[in-house]
Amino acid sequence: MSDIPLLKVSALSKFYGSRIGCQNVSFELWPGEVLAVVGESGSGKTTLLDCLATRLAPSTGSVEYRMRDGQFRDLYRMSEAERRFLMRTDWGFVHQNPADGLRMTVSAGANVGERLMAVGDRHYGKIRATATDWLGRVEIAADRIDDQPRAFSGGMRQRLQIARNLVTNPRLVFMDEPTGGLDVSVQARLLDLLRGLVSDLGLAAIVVTHDLAVARLLSHRMMVMKDGHIVETGLTDRVLDDPQAAYTQLLVSSILQV
Amino acid sequence: MTELATYNFAYLDEQTKRMIRRAILKAIAIPGYQVPFASREMPMPYGWGTGGVQVTAAVIGPNDTLKVIDQGADDTTNAVSIRAFFQKVSNVRVTTKTTEATIIQTRHRIPETALQAGQTLVYQVPIPEPLRFLEPRETETRKMHALEEYGLMHVKLYEDIARHGRIATTYAYPVKVEGRYVMDPSPTPKFDNPKMHQSPALQLFGAGREKRIYAIPPYTEVVSLDFEDHPFEIQTFSEPCALCGAKGSYLDEVILDDKGGSMFVCSDTDFCEDRQAEGHRGHLSANPAEAAE
Repeated sequence: MSDIPLLKVSALSKFYGSRIGCQNVSFELWPGEVLAVVGESGSGKTTLLDCLATRLAPSTGSVEYRMRDGQFRDLYRMSEAERRFLMRTDWGFVHQNPADGLRMTVSAGANVGERLMAVGDRHYGKIRATATDWLGRVEIAADRIDDQPRAFSGGMRQRLQIARNLVTNPRLVFMDEPTGGLDVSVQARLLDLLRGLVSDLGLAAIVVTHDLAVARLLSHRMMVMKDGHIVETGLTDRVLDDPQAAYTQLLVSSILQV
Repeated sequence: MTELATYNFAYLDEQTKRMIRRAILKAIAIPGYQVPFASREMPMPYGWGTGGVQVTAAVIGPNDTLKVIDQGADDTTNAVSIRAFFQKVSNVRVTTKTTEATIIQTRHRIPETALQAGQTLVYQVPIPEPLRFLEPRETETRKMHALEEYGLMHVKLYEDIARHGRIATTYAYPVKVEGRYVMDPSPTPKFDNPKMHQSPALQLFGAGREKRIYAIPPYTEVVSLDFEDHPFEIQTFSEPCALCGAKGSYLDEVILDDKGGSMFVCSDTDFCEDRQAEGHRGHLSANPAEAAE
């Protein structure tokens, strides 16, 4: 891990009229670090994620990102063209519902290849070879490359979505409940896969989840949100084993022990 | 004709023509860019060429000679009725000869005879947006054009190759104009795409229902999209035209009987008739005496 952060967020707030989406959020994210944002429904996790991923303009505050040339740029002072370019090259966004992140009517190969074609790759054979390679890495059989995601199971779709995002070797991936809606055994495989990919590729990731087990397995650090505010941050193991804030203690103790 | 007679000439009123001409000028200034315009109701249904008719009516003058083709033919319903329409409302000379025409309104084909400087080709366009069936949101496609995000267009071509082993798109084949805008060349066969490149003629595209005008000025670069290892190819035909014996022209298959018999003839009727007048014969030519030669 390097000494210079990849993402600097300062005093970020988002208001929906008089209601608070998230308020006064500041943190830094380092390269290769996985940060989990946990909290109950309506606590502002997704609002925060959308503000970071430039999917939703924040009301106040700034988000700075270190570009590949080492310069920090304020995301909301960039031109839209630059932002969109960043989103499809240096970033990934894994949606909770794979249908939101995939093109359901084109084949798996084209789904993975889309980003490559968007950055100017014009060699069919190479695009296909890269797509095949990535399908292998997310454990999708190579003979499914010409099938549409509609023919895939939920777990496969989610893995395909991950492959589609990682094909351009991004440095930062946003994940919104990546294991939501999957059954427990499929979740376990997906988490295992994600953990492997994140450490192999040295990805930084921000994972929004309400599932503390996901946070425990995937993340190095976590932030606990409540009513749009951050109530506690710290190393994942510390927060889960020795929660300081009253709300975190409640959250941790509410996990069903089996 | 007196000056008064050209006032409100060719069906449209002066204000409408002015509005359309401004859209056309803007379209010529930004090759391949879809310029919105306030398309008018025309005395024909949408899909019959209301966009092309408005463009033609806005650029035509008393000294023009008009040719109208539909699928390459001068004698099909759409061509005949639009030609009759302009004869009635503007009283211009009409022709079926490509070389004599100054304005050619077309649906689905570019004439086989190479166009000359000074000629204007007006296309009737049903769907001007090349990204329409790939990205349903019009706001998003406009943004994609603005930011030159055309990766999606290649996703379609990728799908073609993955499914059919080659690029199976045969008409409305997307082109890049002057290295900037990706454009739908209207439903012309891809056979005609190379004719758009560096054409000396002005090419105007009118989409009436969709309210868009776009243009390719003379001598503009028009490149069909493809992959490095699957280059763009035009259709080829295994046999020559059955009437004029032409090789290398675009052919229509005409069913002859209900036993599977068919013939291939030039889709460009003017081109085919010219060749027959010059004495070229195919194997199904009408005149047996000359065919026997």
